[in-house]
Amino acid sequence: MAGTLQFDLVSPERRLASLAATEVQIPGAEGDMGVMEGHAPVITTLRPGILRATSAEGVKSYVVSGGFAEITGANISVLAEQAVPLEEMTPAIMDQMVADATLAAAVNPDRDATDKVVADLLAMRAAAGQ
Amino acid sequence: MPSLKTLKNRIASVKNTRKITKAMQMVAAAKLRRAQDAAVAARPYAERMGAVVASLAASVGNREGAPRLLVGNGADKVQLVVVMTSERGLCGGFNSTIVRMARARVQVLQAQGKTIKILTVGKKGRDQMKRDYGQYFVGHIDLTEVKRVGYVNAQNIARDILARFTQNECDVVTLFYNRFQSVIAQIPTALQIIPAQFTGAATGTVYDYEPDEGAILADLLPRAVATQVFTALLENAASEQGARMSAMDNATRNAGDMINKLTIQYNRSRQAAITKELIEIISGAEAL
Repeated sequence: MAGTLQFDLVSPERRLASLAATEVQIPGAEGDMGVMEGHAPVITTLRPGILRATSAEGVKSYVVSGGFAEITGANISVLAEQAVPLEEMTPAIMDQMVADATLAAAVNPDRDATDKVVADLLAMRAAAGQ
Repeated sequence: MPSLKTLKNRIASVKNTRKITKAMQMVAAAKLRRAQDAAVAARPYAERMGAVVASLAASVGNREGAPRLLVGNGADKVQLVVVMTSERGLCGGFNSTIVRMARARVQVLQAQGKTIKILTVGKKGRDQMKRDYGQYFVGHIDLTEVKRVGYVNAQNIARDILARFTQNECDVVTLFYNRFQSVIAQIPTALQIIPAQFTGAATGTVYDYEPDEGAILADLLPRAVATQVFTALLENAASEQGARMSAMDNATRNAGDMINKLTIQYNRSRQAAITKELIEIISGAEAL
């Protein structure tokens, strides 16, 4: 049995999760990554996607809309712009996220980056089964 | 000397006022609790964000091509003053203290020959600033319809500010809001958000960065601005309720004092009327 690492998921409005996880899968900007105890210290940005935390109680999934993660050997803190537990996810929230991102994409000069966010969101919607 | 009837009416009206202020105080107390909880819940995010950006800024900040949000655009000619106040009155000196501070700052900046632009958040501040500085207004953000400030509101404000900055409409952005210390003490605070100033301690751990530091920093800085705006909004909301609570507490107490005073006056004049009547009867009887 591998050791555990402290997993914190915070959104600007509240702390969503704080638990001892054996493995956390995060949607990094440059590809998904699985983080276990003793991982090298990394700071990475996140793309919209699904985050999975495996702990003694099972697997918890969250939909995150972007943000960043700070990983040290014993901790992983995910600071998500918006995060919703997968089971509470509704098509309405999903549509809202896509609408927000599209709105932001319309005014942002960096079209590539924002278009990618929208595309990531749509892919995430497919992955979430909605 | 007012008549007995008017005194009685007066007492009844002050009693009604006391009931209202008492109710407002209780509502403010409940809202304050919620606002404080929201501020506490938002703290971990803001702290982490501050710490990470600070350590990134320390390593990237002095390099060539550092993000403009961090180092500024090399000028401080155009100053954007963001005045954050409440949407409703009856909260004591809450709005006035912010406006007074902002006004003092504007005067100092004007004396230095800077160009002033004012963005207001909240109706009360707009009304008060308009009197003297109406011509500098560049925008107003209305939160009247918002029951509880959420991150979305902060994002909107931040988007507005960032758009102005990227279009070179302003060089320095400063937020004015009340920091919540306790129910009786709210501290008017000026926070410069662009160019960013972070005072988090660097953690000392050497991190790998994915993508590279510069890209992360460029991604995080706008979020950090939104986070700072959000923190200011929450602090302001808590301060507003705190200020309202103590103002209404005072008002309730004053109304109580006034009722006591009026009641004494009422009793005196009633007694005087009785005495007068008695004298009239007695002197009437003697005259017979």
